[in-house]
Order: sequence, then C-alpha cells, then structure tokens
Amino acid sequence: MAVETHGTGTLPQIKGVKDVPYDELFVSGHRTCQGCESALVMRHMVKASGPRTIVLGSTGCMYVANTTYYTTPWVVPWMHTQLGASGSAALGTAAGLKVLMRKGKIKEEKINVIAFCGDGGGADMGLGAISATLTHKDYNCLVLLYDNESYANTDIQLSSQTPYGAVTTFSPSGSKKRLMHTRWKKNVPGMLAAGHPESRYIAAGCAAYAVDLMNKIRKALQLGGPTFVHTLDPCPKGWDYHPQYSQELGHLAVECGIWPLYEVIDGVCNLTGPTRQIAEGRKKRKPVYEYLKRQGRFAHFAEEDVEHFQHEVDKMWTEWLIPGVIPFTVAAKDQTILKIDKKPLHEQKTA
Amino acid sequence: MAVQVKEREHQDVETEQLMSGCEAIAEAIRLADVDVMAAYPIRPYDGVMQAAAKLIANGKMDVEYIVADGEHSQFEIVKHACAVGSRVFVGSSGVGWFYAFEAIAVTAGLRLPVVAICGNRALDDPGAFGTEHNDSLAVRDLGWLLPWAETAQEAMDLALMAWRVGEDKRVSLPVAIGLDGAFLTHSQQIVKIPTQAAVNKFLPKFDLGDRLLHPDNPITIAPQVDQDWLMEIRMQNDQAMRKAHDVISEAHAHFKELFGRGGDSPFLDEYMTDDAEYVVFGQGTLALPMKVAIRRLRKEGHKVGLVRLKWFRPFPTQEIVKSLSRFKAVGVIDRDYSFGSPYYGGVLYNEVRSALYSLDKRPTIVGFIAGLGGREIEQPMATDIFEKTKAAAGDIKSGDTCHWIGVRS
Ligand SMILES: Cc1ncc(C[n+]2csc(CCOP(=O)(O)OP(=O)(O)O)c2C)c(N)n1
Ligand code: SF4
Ligand SMILES: [Mg+2]
Repeated sequence: MAVETHGTGTLPQIKGVKDVPYDELFVSGHRTCQGCESALVMRHMVKASGPRTIVLGSTGCMYVANTTYYTTPWVVPWMHTQLGASGSAALGTAAGLKVLMRKGKIKEEKINVIAFCGDGGGADMGLGAISATLTHKDYNCLVLLYDNESYANTDIQLSSQTPYGAVTTFSPSGSKKRLMHTRWKKNVPGMLAAGHPESRYIAAGCAAYAVDLMNKIRKALQLGGPTFVHTLDPCPKGWDYHPQYSQELGHLAVECGIWPLYEVIDGVCNLTGPTRQIAEGRKKRKPVYEYLKRQGRFAHFAEEDVEHFQHEVDKMWTEWLIPGVIPFTVAAKDQTILKIDKKPLHEQKTA
Repeated sequence: MAVQVKEREHQDVETEQLMSGCEAIAEAIRLADVDVMAAYPIRPYDGVMQAAAKLIANGKMDVEYIVADGEHSQFEIVKHACAVGSRVFVGSSGVGWFYAFEAIAVTAGLRLPVVAICGNRALDDPGAFGTEHNDSLAVRDLGWLLPWAETAQEAMDLALMAWRVGEDKRVSLPVAIGLDGAFLTHSQQIVKIPTQAAVNKFLPKFDLGDRLLHPDNPITIAPQVDQDWLMEIRMQNDQAMRKAHDVISEAHAHFKELFGRGGDSPFLDEYMTDDAEYVVFGQGTLALPMKVAIRRLRKEGHKVGLVRLKWFRPFPTQEIVKSLSRFKAVGVIDRDYSFGSPYYGGVLYNEVRSALYSLDKRPTIVGFIAGLGGREIEQPMATDIFEKTKAAAGDIKSGDTCHWIGVRS
C-alpha cells in the first residue's frame, strides 16, 4: 500500500472529512470486537500523525487484540510497553530520539512519538508516570488514553473510569447489593490540565467526532512538548449493547453532558463540538437516561440511581468552576473577589 | 553524602584517582558515551547518579539525564530509549530494584542490552539497608548477565565490559553489575582511568541492526506470540546466554591487551590456590577479609585459598568444575539466603553443588551464610569458616549443612 514518505514537519488542521488523509497506517490484521471504538481511535490517531510516527502501546485490548504475531495491523513502527508504563515509554523514546539526533547518531527530523494506554493502564496504574512525563517539557511526545471504561482485556473489570453504578465482572448487581460500584469517575484530563501547567496541550475527545479528534491529535503533536489526549470509547462488549450503536453512544455521551469535549492549549481552555453548543445554550443537554437506557451495564438501575447520575452530571454543568473540566466551586464569600459569575454559562455575557 | 569527583583536566591521558565504586562507574558512563540514563534516589547505588550528575553539570559528558518518578519508570524509560538505539545506563538497590521488577523482567525478554548497577542492599523490613545479594539474585533466572565487582577498579572495568558484551549482537542481553553497598559503592580506592582513545577501541558503537525501532524500519516489537512461538523465542534467549560465555572471554582478552588488567580468567579470581587443600568460594567484597584470613592462616601452616566468582550469570560451570574439583573441601559463602531451599543453603551454595553433581571425584561443599545486612565479616568469623570447611573434608555428606556465621545464639 502507498505510504506517504514526506516528513511531518507540519500537521495542518483538517478542515472536513474530505480533507482527511487517505492513507491507512492501522490496517487489517487486528481482531478487536465488532464495533470497537478504541480500534477506531487507533486508526484515527495514526491517520492524523502520519507515517513518521513511533507508537508505543500498553497492555490491554489495543495490544492483545491488535498485535497477533504475523498479522500486525501497524504500518508504523510499534512497540509494546507495560500496563503502567505509557508515560515512561513516551518519555524514554522521545529522549532517545532527541539525544541520538543531537549527537548525530541518527538523522535529524521530526518523528512523532505517541504512547497509548487504556483507562486501567493510564487512569489507575500509570497515572503517576503520565504525570511525570507531562512535566518533562523538553521532550516531544503524546500520551493517548483510550477509555473504554473498564479493564476490558481481562474480562471487563471496573477501573477508576467505570461510570457510577455500572455492572462489571468485579461489580455485579446482586440480590443484596444492587450497586457494587459507587465511586464517581475520576476526572483525568481536567486533573492533568490543572496539574501540569507546562504541558502545552491536553484534550478530551471522542471518535464519534472523528475530525475533531484527529485535529486534537495533530495539535498535540504540532505544539510539541509532552501532551495528553483522552478519548471516550464505547465498547460493545463491556457496555453491553449491539455493536452497530457505538458511534451513537459516543454522540449521546457528549450530548448528555457526561463526556465534555474540550482542549486546553497553553493553559487556555476551549470547549469543542456539541459541548460548546451546550455551553452556549444553542443545544439542550439531553437527559442522561437517554444514554443509560441503551446499555446493559446500567440495566439494573432503579429510578434513584438514574436520579443520582443525573444530579452529578448536572453539578458538572452548574457548579463546577469550568463545566466538565474543573470540578470545584468557589466559596460564596470569594466569588466576588475572584470575579466568578455563578449564572449558567449560556446566560453569561461573553466579553 | 560526600561524593566527590575530583575535576580533572580533559586531556586524553591515563590517570589515577582516589574514588569510590560509584564514582568509578560514573567515569565509565562518561567514557562509554552513554546516551540516556534515568535516576531515582535509593542508597547506596544512587552515589553513581550523583557523581554522574556532577559530570554532566560540569560539561564532562553529554547524556539525557532523566530523574524519574519511581524505579518502574526509571527502568521503562531506559528500556524504550534503548529500543530506538540509545546506549543506556540505569541502576537501583534493594527494594527499589524490586519496585522495577516488571520492567527488569521484560527488558531481558526483549533482548535489550540495558546496562545497570545493583548497589546490593538488604530488602528493608525489619529495617536493614546494608549489603545483601538477594536484590540482584532475584533476577538470576530472567536473562540478565550478572557480574560482581570486588574493587572500584573492577567496577569500572566491568561496566565497560558490560556494554561491550551486552550490546554484542550474539548476546544482546541486559547486564546488571553487583556492587556491595557501602563496602564498594562508598569506599575509596585508587582507580586507573583509561584514555578515551583506548575505550573507543574497546567499545564499538551500539547498533541494534534490524531490531531498531524507527520509521525507516517499521517493525512491531513484542507482538503476541503466545504458546505458538514463545518456546522458540525463549530458546533463542537461552542460546544468547550460552554465547555470552565466549563473548565475555573474547572481550576479557581484548580488555587485557588494551588495558593490561583483568586477571587470568574472566570468570574466576583465584587467590593462593596453587597448593591449597581447602578454599572458600564467594563473590563481591567478602573476598577482602577472606584474603586477610588466608594470609594469616597460611603463616600457621594451613593450605587455604579463595576462589572468587566474577560472573554469576552466565554461570561459568566448566571453569568452576575445573577449579573446585582440585580441592578437598570448598566452603561456599553466601551473602544472601534462599529460605526453604535444599539443605537450607544460600543461592550460590546450591548452584555450585548442582554444577559439581556429576563429577566422579568431587570435594565436600559446605555452605555458609555470612555478612547479611552489611554485617562485617570479621577475622574470627573467617577463621570459623575455614575451620568448618576443613572439618567437612573427606565426608561428602557433611556438606549437606549450611552454617550461619557470627550469629548471636
Ligand atoms: C502489571 C500488570 N498487571 C495486570 C495485568 C493484566 N492486564 C492485562 S490487560 C489488562 C487490562 C488493562 O485495562 P485497560 O488499560 O483499561 O485497557 P483495556 O484492556 O480496557 O483496553 C490487565 C489488567 C498486566 N498485564 N500487567
Ligand atoms: S472488549 Fe471493548 S475495547 Fe476490547 S476489543 Fe472489544 S470492543 Fe474493543
Ligand atoms: Mg479499559
């Protein structure tokens, strides 16, 4: 197959579907489930980055289901890394390339370094290493966290990214306990953006908004330094729905306000896609029930569980300092001095 | 901690300096033109990282020096830097070494020639940080080459050997040099620092060949081979480890020719064994008090000697068989333990006994556990070891015992 051979000195923003590169760098050979949205993330990721890319992948579905010996789907160079090591893999690879180029041991050129991890590998086990990497501003590398909201490869166990109340093999619904899992989802991109002021790009995306996602990957690589992109990926096996609805569920997660799309560029937060429209009041946030009722993992929900879920999502939009991004509110007595406008976003005056 | 690397003029002449084992390794890093190293604090190995940091800060070497967020990251960082073709260095001690264990295991599985030091240290609880070999020894089955140094000079020399042997395409395995905590990491000795020109002759450029991860060579590293191919691949690792034996011999001969050091055998260092009847066998710095004891006991007419092991992996079985079968009894001293192992002995004891098993005429091999947690091996203990070894001679079964030395009752 034809692979572009030019370097990736610049990665221009993609203007629309017709502008998307034709070349596929993640091809057949993988054996992910039908409707696997994470596999689509892989495809979009390397489409956006182009051929002068090295990909490191931590253990999980995107390793185990993707790289069977003799049938690798990766056209670009690819290497496995350990479950909690995506941050270190990115850093070590970027540092190696940098010093070898500086010493003239390999040709000087821009090579994109992307390390991906699942939610288990990135939000639980490897969070510390990702955090460390995001402070090493001299190295160019992107960590992509594909979030299918469970330890999927090991048979769907709950992670810190599994939504409240969802059934997993570690959190079944039983006669005594309807909900085994009652922790709210950890806010990874928000926490990383807040905690790593020198990272030039941190974003939340979704493959259901493919062009938006590809542009986020390109911006991350283009701006350079250590960057981070988190995608929410519907997973038919773990979420228990028919594979044909993956894209639809991705849309619903965003439209119900559960998964806000945004990017933080050089410390400036920028809402994107439908999330921006919701914030501007141009689009009404759908009730979370629309999303929950489509998935078997929430089939055991009682009315009060749906209400709790809705209440928490509402808080993200009405009480959080930055809706869906920064989770705390400011004490009433400090709101004036900090010039915090407590009106819902769409009622606020834009400057 | 006082690590002092004396500034020396950057002229390419061989010099002699008083330095610790850690500082000697830092000099080797400079001479080897290491590309990437990753550091994390834990005593005693981190003296190397402190010394190396000074060399970098003073412009004596150009290395990507990454202070990691933990040992797991530390070892993963250099593993990945190595995969894109960088010469790398890393290290740890005791519980830090164990924190990195996952990365340590896969580095060998991937055949990436990472060079590390393990500044040997007890595994903390119930509260001990002195030297003990169980940290290094925990990786003995995984495909790491494991040399042990006795002196600061040997530490530097072994480090240069480590890149040469580990990166050799016939081997392509990681190397972890054992350095006894405090006794070697932080004791100063006179060290000869070779010239850059001589080191360049000894150490070829690192070349991963067709295993290099680069867009011009778009390979997939560590695809899922599972039961279908894993045995073939493990067997290749085994063959690499076997080949390492001759590659070490070759490198040792070349090293001797260039630098005039290294002793007769790359694997064993024998002390007063020509006419010896009873010898002790061990590795690392315990050789020093044992040599003192040997000189003293020889004055009293005892025909005693020492055989020091320089490479634990690959285990030089033939050399050991040849050497130890000359004696009436051998006392194997372990600065480690292997609870519940055959005859409740140490790791080295059981390895040596296994190596000699098929000999028709074999010496009695008796085990000693000594110097754990950094306890000094004092002269009365050394005498005790030799007396017990001598007493075991002639009765092969009396070797089925392991004595704990210098322990309060
Ligand atoms: C250190 C370690 N612990 C546990 C495992 C077992 N394991 C393999 S894949 C996996 C799931 C990882 O989950 P996630 O990162 O979310 O990726 P997914 O499988 O969901 O794609 C686990 C737990 C492992 N490989 N390594
Ligand atoms: S279990 Fe989910 S993430 Fe894994 S391959 Fe299937 S759909 Fe994809
Ligand atoms: Mg997952």
